[in-house]
Amino acid sequence: MRRYRYPLIIILVIGLIAVFDRRSAALAVNNAGMQLRQMFFVLPPIFLLLGLLDVWVPRTTMVKYMGEGSGLKGIFLAFVIGSAAAGPLYGAFPVAAVFMKKGVKFLNLMIFIGAWSTTKIPMLMFEIESLGLKFALTRLVIDIPGIILIAFLLTKLISKREIEEIYENSENMA
Amino acid sequence: METYIFYGLALIGLIVSFQKDKDKTRLALKKSWKSLENILPQLLTMILFISVLLTYLNTGLISRLIGGESGWGGVMLAAVVGSITMIPPFVAFPTASMLLKSGAGYMQIGAFVSTLTMVGIVTMPVEMKYFSKKMTLYRNILAFLFSLGVAFLIKEVTG
Repeated sequence: MRRYRYPLIIILVIGLIAVFDRRSAALAVNNAGMQLRQMFFVLPPIFLLLGLLDVWVPRTTMVKYMGEGSGLKGIFLAFVIGSAAAGPLYGAFPVAAVFMKKGVKFLNLMIFIGAWSTTKIPMLMFEIESLGLKFALTRLVIDIPGIILIAFLLTKLISKREIEEIYENSENMA
Repeated sequence: METYIFYGLALIGLIVSFQKDKDKTRLALKKSWKSLENILPQLLTMILFISVLLTYLNTGLISRLIGGESGWGGVMLAAVVGSITMIPPFVAFPTASMLLKSGAGYMQIGAFVSTLTMVGIVTMPVEMKYFSKKMTLYRNILAFLFSLGVAFLIKEVTG
């Protein structure tokens, strides 16, 4: 129960808003309903697949394809898996935790996160439809090198020891 | 839509796994549930918080802030708003298109869309649970700066 204190506090705050401003509170509840529906729709298959991946795919296999020494193949796979993903960015973090546990290297992990955030294929469809092909393609062409650049900078900015700590922590998260 | 594909994959995976090894499948399910429950409080906090925030930060207010004449100030504002908010793509892109029609500039919309997808201030507590504080901050700051570059290039191409 203690772990759920913050969500409970916000529910209380919405209750308080309702006392003064019924319309805003109703809108907030409406927003929350939409976001929660999305979350509970998107997350279950992701977590189910993660559980299966954790149990069935051996670490050596993941290391071979996406670990140290996986080179361009690893980068390519990180892009493909991230781009094929469904759901908001917060869905990428638990996947990253299992990837860390299985020995995926840090650079590929960061590329995966970057790809999940911006080069998702279904999202691109929405973007083309709403903002036009030129806008969407320009962004895509800038984003691909941008994601690699950010991933590369992060591997330089974070020390080896800190990366090791993040990997150790992933054992508790996945 | 693509989520249905993932449901299909998960279902097939579970059936195959169950036929091969019941105990391993049970372990997989236990792991799935444990890792979901592990992060559930942070996810709920994030969603409830953003719901209250979006009540006050609506499209009308945003389009007034990032008009086509708002220049780099508007770009910064758009980038900040995009960083704070978290909207699913099927709402986000039509919103961006609406903002364009109601007078926002391409450069500002570029910054808004880019930070919306790459930078997540409300998701930071979740991100920090998986990565470190420092790493989360660095990733979000770099993505923010990069988005300003995206805004500039979008303007060069579309303008």
